[in-house]
Amino acid sequence: MVTLNLRVNGKERTLTDVDPSTPLLWVLRDSLSLVGTKFGCGMAVCGACTVLVDGAPVRACSTPAGGLAGKNITTIEGLARSEKELHPLQQAWIDHDVPQCGYCQAGQLMSAAALLARTPAPTDQDIDAAMAGNLCRCGTYQRIRAAIHTAAGKLSRSKA
Amino acid sequence: MNAIVNNVDESVRELMRDVELGASAGAFRAVKIDRRSFLKYTGLMGGGLVLGFSLSTPADAAAAAAGDFTPNAFLRISRNGSILIFNKGPEIGQGIMTAFPLIIAEELDANWADVVVEQAPVNPAVFGRQSAGGSRSIPDSWDQLRKAGAVARSMLMSAAAAQWKVPVESLSTRDSAVWNGKRSLSYGALAAKAAGLAVPDAATVKLKERKDYRLLGKSYTGVDNRKVVTGAPLFGIDQQLPGLKFAVYEKCPAVGGKVRSANLDEIKKLPGVRDAFVIEGNGKTTEIMPGVAIVADSTWAAFQAQRQLKVDWDETDASKDSWSALAARAAELGKLPVGEKTLVNTGAVDDALKGAAKTVSGFYTYPFVSHAPLEPQNCTAWSHDGIVEFWAPSQTADRALTTVAGALGVPVEKVTIHQTRVGGGFGRRLMNDYVCEAGAIAQRFNGPVKLTWTREQDMAHDFFRAGGFHSLTGGVDAAGKLTAWRNHFITFSQDGKVPSSGADWSAEQFPAQNMANYQLSHTLLPLKTPTGPWRAPRSCSVAWVIQCFLHELSAAAGRDHRDFLLEVMGEPRLLQGGLNTGRAADVIKLATEKAGWGRKLPAGHGMGLAFHFSHSGHFAEVAEVSVDANKRIRLHRMVVAGDIGPIINMSGASNQCEGGVLDGYSTMFGLEITMENGRIQQSNFHQYPLLRIADQPKVEVHFIQSEHPPTGVGEPALPPVAPAICNAIYAATGHRVRTLPLTKEGFSAA
Repeated sequence: MVTLNLRVNGKERTLTDVDPSTPLLWVLRDSLSLVGTKFGCGMAVCGACTVLVDGAPVRACSTPAGGLAGKNITTIEGLARSEKELHPLQQAWIDHDVPQCGYCQAGQLMSAAALLARTPAPTDQDIDAAMAGNLCRCGTYQRIRAAIHTAAGKLSRSKA
Repeated sequence: MNAIVNNVDESVRELMRDVELGASAGAFRAVKIDRRSFLKYTGLMGGGLVLGFSLSTPADAAAAAAGDFTPNAFLRISRNGSILIFNKGPEIGQGIMTAFPLIIAEELDANWADVVVEQAPVNPAVFGRQSAGGSRSIPDSWDQLRKAGAVARSMLMSAAAAQWKVPVESLSTRDSAVWNGKRSLSYGALAAKAAGLAVPDAATVKLKERKDYRLLGKSYTGVDNRKVVTGAPLFGIDQQLPGLKFAVYEKCPAVGGKVRSANLDEIKKLPGVRDAFVIEGNGKTTEIMPGVAIVADSTWAAFQAQRQLKVDWDETDASKDSWSALAARAAELGKLPVGEKTLVNTGAVDDALKGAAKTVSGFYTYPFVSHAPLEPQNCTAWSHDGIVEFWAPSQTADRALTTVAGALGVPVEKVTIHQTRVGGGFGRRLMNDYVCEAGAIAQRFNGPVKLTWTREQDMAHDFFRAGGFHSLTGGVDAAGKLTAWRNHFITFSQDGKVPSSGADWSAEQFPAQNMANYQLSHTLLPLKTPTGPWRAPRSCSVAWVIQCFLHELSAAAGRDHRDFLLEVMGEPRLLQGGLNTGRAADVIKLATEKAGWGRKLPAGHGMGLAFHFSHSGHFAEVAEVSVDANKRIRLHRMVVAGDIGPIINMSGASNQCEGGVLDGYSTMFGLEITMENGRIQQSNFHQYPLLRIADQPKVEVHFIQSEHPPTGVGEPALPPVAPAICNAIYAATGHRVRTLPLTKEGFSAA
């Protein structure tokens, strides 16, 4: 059991008496009450638990929290730029009415955010590759793809 | 056979009847309420009136004094003009949280931007049906919700008429206001006055005509989408309470096994574990099967302890089911043209086959499949102050009240259920086993507990879509007309008498009423593995058999399949069971027209057509696939044409069809559940490979918005998917798929 210092969504969080092998997912959900990151499979094959660690998509269900000291962890709760301004992907998700049950969408959004951060104008092939780790049981992939393209267009315009 | 399992199957079958046949389309089931339920409701809500139920209570007077207008349980209009609408149904991804309030807002003539939606309390005495299943939400609640809005609108108009001292006939409503010429009074301004009026009888209130709709039929984004995309706590698994502890519940991997002993003392010593105990259960798979509960300080601590758990199972009465043995037996039985029980026998099938110009035979096999909702089964329960309180992602919270009360041995008045958003239903959460389990654990533990199943448990302890086998022979005459159809259906039974839930075949099923010589028989194989409704139960499997075999016959006759299918439909008429052949023909024509049926395709491409009627919905779909020399397949496009009457939310309805196509494709492509020695062989998504974004075809959805009453769309777009794809594979390759999933016949994704 150790004391863990994590930087989550820009805030320093200290956790005492933690087993360092505890997956980040359960630290987020059960200890920090950040329940937007979802449990789906527990073996990194469904993507529902995707968060960003130093900007890279990571499956929180299979990532021990003990190795994340000093790294920047971003969860769905920290994706929006502010209380008022959603991330362009979040707005595109709303505009395209992407969600059905909605359970996978936090993970989808985090994978898409990582994609747009390094590939601002992704092709369909880029999207296929970046989103391959995220299952949607309801089958909203067609709208996810459209929403990523919409958000990419907005991002590139806002940067121009 | 095991009495335990028989008992279970009857309960699931009863549920299936309720889900599938619970009410006739469009029927308005009056909401009955007694005084006690009403007071319970007002206690929860702080004031409100049930539709058509007018009385003065202190709570009502308080609401009126605050200036709020609460004409019924669905609505509250406050003085500032905000309109609160309560959604009574479970949101399972079908969009009811948006669709139900839209119906009320339409009749109210509200501005949608003024509307705030909240989940209603679970109280069927007040709200009527509070389940999501069988695509029944819209048809069962359409009249009830319209009247809830219309009653309020009528009272607001009366209030305005009194204020202006003009006849009510001189008034109109739009944009959350009553209008008299160019002057208007907002609903907020009228709320206090309307609250003082008597609530009119809902039966006397005039409903809007369809041509006057302002809201329905347009596209709306889901009312909770902002919460979904920002990670707000919405789902059952997101429930948090002060002092909450975390539980797991281990059951026998072969259904029906009992706990002989377990290493409870060792488990209790593990880090973070608070308690561990055996629960005997009541032997019903839909309620509480025997198992071991572990309560811990975190979900992870509970999962870790579960891995250390050693249970000695008594498997005397447990399932020994073997898919390989059952399939081998079915293949033998399939050699018999007629099964042990004949269900339908019209005309003279043997004579018709003898006289046919061409006959075709085929043996079709489809597997068991799992629901695999992405949110694993979970429930939070807390036994305190003489009640048991639940936060449940259930599809049937109304039914859960009585199920849980019975299973836990507490009066139903002492059970409270809070409906959470549901991370995927697909029929799995029609059963409330995980709710009962959470309650049983909570009864033994001091404080609130959240039970979470692992993915492996979710896949092992499902109520699976039953597999099945069909031995078919059919015939066409010299003119290529369908003349004979004989089907020996080899299916499963828990009790040796009737098929398992979702494993039966209706006597009315197409094409029984569309031809002269038709015979259907079945043989039942014994099964202990639980089965149940899976998205479009029955239809999700039999549509594939029917629509593929019809295509075998039209291909043998050298006919165009569209022409053949329209010919089998025949003249427009309503058949037993609800199939309207005119509506069927219309969607077949629309789908083929939009798909460009008959156009020249690139080499290796093929187009396939299928139709199916289920859940009051008529759907035709055209698939375009390509298949290469190595049997690598790609579904390029699926054109969907459906008639479910008027559309409530165009975006939501289209989304359901898009999802239905992907679900149907994913399932027929590579999904199967097998069992050996009673144990499910697949454990997680690596062995149950749902399709991913790269496999997504282009899906186009077209609706015929006929004048029939609106019906549901969560299910009926799914059944035509698999046969449309298999018929397209035949068109592309000449290979007839008779075994699902496609991977069993050597296909892979391109």
